[in-house]
Amino acid sequence: MALGNLIRYKRKQEVDAVYEQYEELGQQQETYVLGMWTFLVTEIMFFGVLFVAYILYRWQYQPYFFAVHEELDYKMGALNTVNLLFSSFTMALAVHFAQLRKKKQQLLCLAITMGCAAVFMIIKYFEYSKKIEHGLLPGPNFVWTGEGVPANIAQLFFSLYFCMTGLHGIHVVIGLFVIGGLAFMVATDHPAITDYVPTEMVGLYWHFVDLVWIFLYPLFYLMPR
Amino acid sequence: MSAVPLQSKSPVTEEAQAKAQGSNYLNAGHTLASWLLTKDHKRIAVLYLISVSIFFAIGSIAAMMIRLELTSPRGTLMTSETYNKAFTAHGVVMIFFFLIPAIPAVFGNFLIPLMIGARDLAFPRLNLASWYMYMVAGTMFIVAMLRGGVDTGWTFYTPYSSIYSNGEVTLTLLAAFIAGFSSIFTGVNFIATIHKMRAPGMTWWRLPLYVWSHYATSVIIILGTPVVAITLVLVIVERVGKIGIFSPELGGDPVLFQHMFWFYSHPAVYIMVLPAMGVISEIMGCFSRNKVFGYKFVAMSSMGIAALGFVVWGHHMYVSSQSMYQGIVFSLLSYLVAIPSAIKIFNWALTMYKGSVWLASPMIYALGFIGLFTLGGLTGLYLASIGTDVHLTATYFVVAHFHYVMVGGTLMAYLGALHFWWPKMFGRMYPENVAKYNALLVFAGFNLTFLPQFVVGYLGMPRRYHYYYFAPEFQIYHIMSTAGSSVLAISLILPAFYLIKSLKSGPIAPANPWGAKGLEWEATTSPPDKHNFAGIPVVEGDVYDYNAEEEERRLRGERFDGYPHGGADQTPTPKEGVVK
Amino acid sequence: MNFPIVPEQASSFALEYDALFYVITGLTVFFTLFVFVMCMALIIKYRRGSNADRSNPMHHNTLIEVTWSFISLVLGLGIFTWGAKIYMEMREAPDDAMEIFVIGKRWMWHMQHSNGVRENNELHIPIGVPVKLTMISQDVTHAFYVPQFRTQFHVVPGRYTTMWFKATKTGRFNLFCNMHCGTQHSEMGGYVYVLPQNEWAEWMKNGGNRFKAAPKSLAEAGKNLYEEFNCASCHGERDGNRAPSLYGLMGRKREFTDGSSVVADTDYIRQSILKPEGRIVKGYRNLMQPYNFSEEQILSLAEYINTLGSPMPAGTSATAPANPTAMNATPITGAPTR
Ligand code: HEA
Ligand code: HEA
Ligand code: HEC
Ligand code: CUA
Ligand SMILES: [Cu+2]
Repeated sequence: MALGNLIRYKRKQEVDAVYEQYEELGQQQETYVLGMWTFLVTEIMFFGVLFVAYILYRWQYQPYFFAVHEELDYKMGALNTVNLLFSSFTMALAVHFAQLRKKKQQLLCLAITMGCAAVFMIIKYFEYSKKIEHGLLPGPNFVWTGEGVPANIAQLFFSLYFCMTGLHGIHVVIGLFVIGGLAFMVATDHPAITDYVPTEMVGLYWHFVDLVWIFLYPLFYLMPR
Repeated sequence: MSAVPLQSKSPVTEEAQAKAQGSNYLNAGHTLASWLLTKDHKRIAVLYLISVSIFFAIGSIAAMMIRLELTSPRGTLMTSETYNKAFTAHGVVMIFFFLIPAIPAVFGNFLIPLMIGARDLAFPRLNLASWYMYMVAGTMFIVAMLRGGVDTGWTFYTPYSSIYSNGEVTLTLLAAFIAGFSSIFTGVNFIATIHKMRAPGMTWWRLPLYVWSHYATSVIIILGTPVVAITLVLVIVERVGKIGIFSPELGGDPVLFQHMFWFYSHPAVYIMVLPAMGVISEIMGCFSRNKVFGYKFVAMSSMGIAALGFVVWGHHMYVSSQSMYQGIVFSLLSYLVAIPSAIKIFNWALTMYKGSVWLASPMIYALGFIGLFTLGGLTGLYLASIGTDVHLTATYFVVAHFHYVMVGGTLMAYLGALHFWWPKMFGRMYPENVAKYNALLVFAGFNLTFLPQFVVGYLGMPRRYHYYYFAPEFQIYHIMSTAGSSVLAISLILPAFYLIKSLKSGPIAPANPWGAKGLEWEATTSPPDKHNFAGIPVVEGDVYDYNAEEEERRLRGERFDGYPHGGADQTPTPKEGVVK
Repeated sequence: MNFPIVPEQASSFALEYDALFYVITGLTVFFTLFVFVMCMALIIKYRRGSNADRSNPMHHNTLIEVTWSFISLVLGLGIFTWGAKIYMEMREAPDDAMEIFVIGKRWMWHMQHSNGVRENNELHIPIGVPVKLTMISQDVTHAFYVPQFRTQFHVVPGRYTTMWFKATKTGRFNLFCNMHCGTQHSEMGGYVYVLPQNEWAEWMKNGGNRFKAAPKSLAEAGKNLYEEFNCASCHGERDGNRAPSLYGLMGRKREFTDGSSVVADTDYIRQSILKPEGRIVKGYRNLMQPYNFSEEQILSLAEYINTLGSPMPAGTSATAPANPTAMNATPITGAPTR
């Protein structure tokens, strides 16, 4: 939806805030928010099925998964968790300021949120490159020297790890661009942004991305025996 | 349903209908760009109609290749590899590129805003994007076929698809993935539209059953499609990156793929059939001149199918080494999901009770649907029963079952919808008599093609088999089936001719040629205006407020010209449809 | 032409299975006719222009809805229960069942009896004795299906699956692979031979078919080897993605990745089997493992390859009788290997 607004931006003059298929602004906003929630449901199903796969395998290979998970750096993960939680907070603030029509504070909060997203990706970069250096990227070049765990199970663990955190990472990057687009539109007083609803929708998305990480972190980094 | 557009006294005035010949959504803009960049749901529906027909032709050609090859136990036309590619192309095209988008994306797009009294879908750009996604996906699959094709079957079972198959599996999976997004977009759009865009007075219990069934379909789409999308991505990752999630060599579980695949693909069969059921409800109501019997039960059974449909996927895997008790539970649940379908069948039949039954071509298709879907659904019970499925699974019995529900069911409904709403979409009438006999021909050809397959399946003919020279007793059934399929082919090519011809030379259709109820008939012209309604209609009164008694009285009172409502003087009186 | 409409009943499941099958068939016919007759009657009575009474139309009736839902449910649950009972019998092998191991690989079946007797694409079992198969696949999923026994189960890579049956009729029955497994899926099959118990014991004592008679010819021994080692999984009837076709290889000019070339003869085939990494055919990678065959075996393989016809041009059918994995109506005879 944010994308839709961006496309309209080019024709700033000819548009007014209510699209022709709607009767009034209220209906349009409700529809947008409903559409956003529906979209988030599809996102939940996207990640949900991966979580189910993870749970099934962890069930089957519990002790091995425990041993392998110690390869992950829980401190880096913790840092990222705090980082994302904070970004969710600033995102919520951005919505709050949008409601109050305090443009400057809203932009500041959006900027901080984007900063957090970037930091998240940088930390992820370090984590990933360390794993790859150690030959833990699944595939033909996978090396596993750990004791007591068959290499194939270790590879299965890392396959799940890279698939799930990778998909999450893609979502963070998308979030980065979407928030950026929103901030740009707010800053330039785009006519489609008449109120807080676009900000709220982006906020919903960002909270969702955050929430996924809240599940990913304990499942991969903090595994009880 | 009485609809009172705010700005006009009667629903559609004769001037408005006459004016519609010159100015409607079809000729609001003639450039290619006005079509390819349109945000009008009606034009997008037409775009979908064209592209879906092309894919149906492609899938059908593959089907005819299969049928020709199987007349001889050793085949005569192709190698085994080619045969495997043929049935894969047939399955993938028919499911992902024809049947799933067929009714929702063509008639759903066209009708939902008209039926609920909206000017468009909630997100017109998303709608257009969905068509483009579909085209990208379709093109990718065609490229995959040109580059050698795929031989995995439409089910893409691992590890065959992820490791062993040599074909263009990756490209095909990507195509299916993108097609999935196209249908997610449609689903999100329908849900938002049905929730928020209804006209004043259009309460949930006044929604046509067609809209209810699309609502249920959309719920399945948004819950199911992401699952299969990510599953296909995992297969791609495994194939390209050698990162195994399903590979047994990595301790993975190939059966997990089957669970994830069927978690979507069982509900997907209801994505294919629920919209068809919506069509049947509309047609049965209109041509019985009666409110659909048990309206609320029929509406709620759609929701029931959507919900229960998600808990029976394991019935495709009775012999795939899931645990015994798991299988038994799935079997039990499969019987529960049969009940809502039973409710619908009986309610449609009773809709004719005290009605005024008009056997026009859409009605014949609808009655054909009822018969064939009943048989198809009941043969699903052989398969749902876990004990009997052990012998029948993956035989031609299954092939016959799903062609009965998908071709005998959904394709019949699709053709019914095409004939029913053709005058509305294009403002022209087709030759009704030809259409009527053609509908009977479809019915006959269909049964001749697929009834023998039940028998040969029970005898043990496995599906996806190129050769069967080791069991020559199967041949007679294959010959019958091929003979039937050529009858079927004729009856399916014929409509393409007379429908396309009617666009140029068919009689001009009145706004409501069938005398049907519903906003799309009563409050819009044929073809509808670019903005659908003259004003926003306000709905008063009940859905399907037909009155068979009055209709009969009226019929007796005046000479009937075939199109009972509204258009007699504008229409060159066609002979067909006259009831003596 | 024979025109069967029901499959033979050859296992202890078949009788009860068919009983349930016919009950469901009865139900199907009943409901289809019921719906058909109901529709026809309504159409005729209420056709347009008929004089039927149409006053006070009924649009809903909760009692009717509940009744037909309830009847369908009860009938459905009845079938379910019976089906579940049959399934449980099928899944739980009796303790005294005779155990046989089955390996599925593209595109052949490999059976191993408990006393070490092995067979390919055939299974000899005694009548009246419960037989339990423990199955695994070497590559993709297959399914072991004998229609006359009314039972089948998937053969999955990476895990053992089991199935059992008790044959009640002697004779030869089709064995099908019923899970799509690639190019020659339809030919991955053979026969189950049910023998009278004494004949079967005799058969076992003689170590199965393969030990009964010496192979008729070298080429036939080669064919057995070719099947046993599954050469056809890579070498098809025409040049494939994985490996070149061996059809018509003898006497053809071969070009290699290093630019050299040679005309294929027995010695070249010998080298290709013992040291495939030595010369790689142009357009292919070194996928083939070296095989440590005895000289006699290699000779027989070369002889067999010599009998293969010319390679299939794309688009023609593979009806060649020499098709390496084609099923043979006669029991396979061949020399013990390894
Ligand atoms: C439009 C698509 C569609 C629909 C609607 C259905 C409907 C049903 N299907 Fe089907 N099915 C497929 C498409 C569909 N199916 C496809 C494509 C496959 C194969 C996939 C593949 O492997 O490639 C398949 C395979 C399939 C299998 C797996 C077979 C196997 O591979 O071993 C099973 C097993 O349970 C099954 C069961 C059912 C049941 C119980 C219904 C029920 O919903 C039917 C309900 C309807 C009725 C029952 C009829 C009306 C009721 C009455 C007249 C009252 C009497 C009722 C009772 C007594 C209960 N189907
Ligand atoms: C919507 C779904 C759909 C439809 C409509 C059909 C239609 C047909 N199908 Fe198919 N079928 C499937 C879905 C469908 N099928 C699926 C999912 C599989 C499983 C694949 C797998 O195993 O992976 C399958 C498998 C399958 C098999 C089993 C192959 C095997 O297992 O080895 C067979 C065999 O007979 C078959 C036959 C037919 C026939 C004869 C038709 C006929 O109804 C078709 C006849 C129609 C025509 C001939 C149309 C003629 C019209 C034109 C040519 C176009 C006209 C031009 C315009 C409209 C512009 N199908
Ligand atoms: C894993 C796949 C694989 C299997 C199994 C396999 N091969 Fe091969 N074979 C190849 C490939 C790839 C080549 C081509 C590359 C090369 O020359 O080494 C080849 C080449 C050959 C050649 C030379 C062919 C030519 O066109 O010049 C012969 C002969 C041969 N194989 C025989 C056999 C026999 C006999 C068996 C079974 C005992 C067998 N192969 C099993 C993959 C396989
Ligand atoms: Cu093995 Cu099909
Ligand atoms: Cu199903």
